[in-house]
Amino acid sequence: MANTYTLISSVTVGSGGSASIEFTSIPATYTDLLVKLSGRSSRSAATMEEFVLTFNNNTSSYSERQLRGDGSSVISQTFSGASIQQLGQPGAGATANTFGNWEFYIPNYAGSNYKSISLDGVTENNATQAYTNFEAGLWSNTAAITSIKLSAGSYLAVQYSTAYLYGISNA
Amino acid sequence: MASTYEKIATNTLGSAAATVTFSTISGAYTDLVFIIAAGNSTTASDQIRAQFNSDTGSNYSFTQIVGNGSTATSGRSSNSTAMRFGFCSNNTETNAIIQIQNYSNTTTYKSSLARINNPNVNLYAVVNLWRNTSAITNISLFMESGGNFNSGSTFTLYGIKAA
Repeated sequence: MANTYTLISSVTVGSGGSASIEFTSIPATYTDLLVKLSGRSSRSAATMEEFVLTFNNNTSSYSERQLRGDGSSVISQTFSGASIQQLGQPGAGATANTFGNWEFYIPNYAGSNYKSISLDGVTENNATQAYTNFEAGLWSNTAAITSIKLSAGSYLAVQYSTAYLYGISNA
Repeated sequence: MASTYEKIATNTLGSAAATVTFSTISGAYTDLVFIIAAGNSTTASDQIRAQFNSDTGSNYSFTQIVGNGSTATSGRSSNSTAMRFGFCSNNTETNAIIQIQNYSNTTTYKSSLARINNPNVNLYAVVNLWRNTSAITNISLFMESGGNFNSGSTFTLYGIKAA
């Protein structure tokens, strides 16, 4: 039986935290990519901080459309710029030991079309300012994705944050 | 390593097509995952609809939440003749991830959870229900207003095994 769902690489942030989590030299041998992220930010006194996502160390031509629920209302917003920028994670002011939970699905990542991404994430922390997020991301670039970088903005991804990159094949 | 995620079938369109069908789906899996990366070759906007087992009766319902970048809405439809799998435009590729749990049992009605993204237009989360206890052996996709999926659109059906 073909193995269509393969772990390419994983990262667990160590003591002291890390400014970013990065996957490099991603082979083009799969059909789709899937990233599963469990993260928390070091941002002091904040209940949430946004991680940002870039491909191939490129910082242009990103846009996203978001649907976000906070427990009392739902909003929809758009963003554009140097990254996909609304990957909310609990900050240092959030309930201790709570981590955000995100999944990114990138179909046809090695093709020559613009890259359309599905992102789902939650930041529940048994308190206010917890979010459920659905997002549609777009990188308007025809290059194959060969690296993925998750940055913690001006802060750090704390110890025990994890990210797993899977390749999915239709062969 | 046990392989629990297996491709059942894939279809990359060599030319625009009004309908895409996966038939003779094996009952050997626990769940199905359907991945779509598609554009619309004919109209500016259209809804992707779907039917199971060629059932064209009013046996479907759905509830959706939609964001277009400025407003969030929710809607539903009962006694529909097809499921809704979101929005497909001719200006940006739509990606969709559709999960169909326990698709081969012959006791319960079948539900699916779909996440559909068109980054330039809107995003959907939709739950669909098919009021039929038959095992799903056929999935047919088409555009609500008669549009075509464009050439190069890809459709892949995966089976998930519990063991």
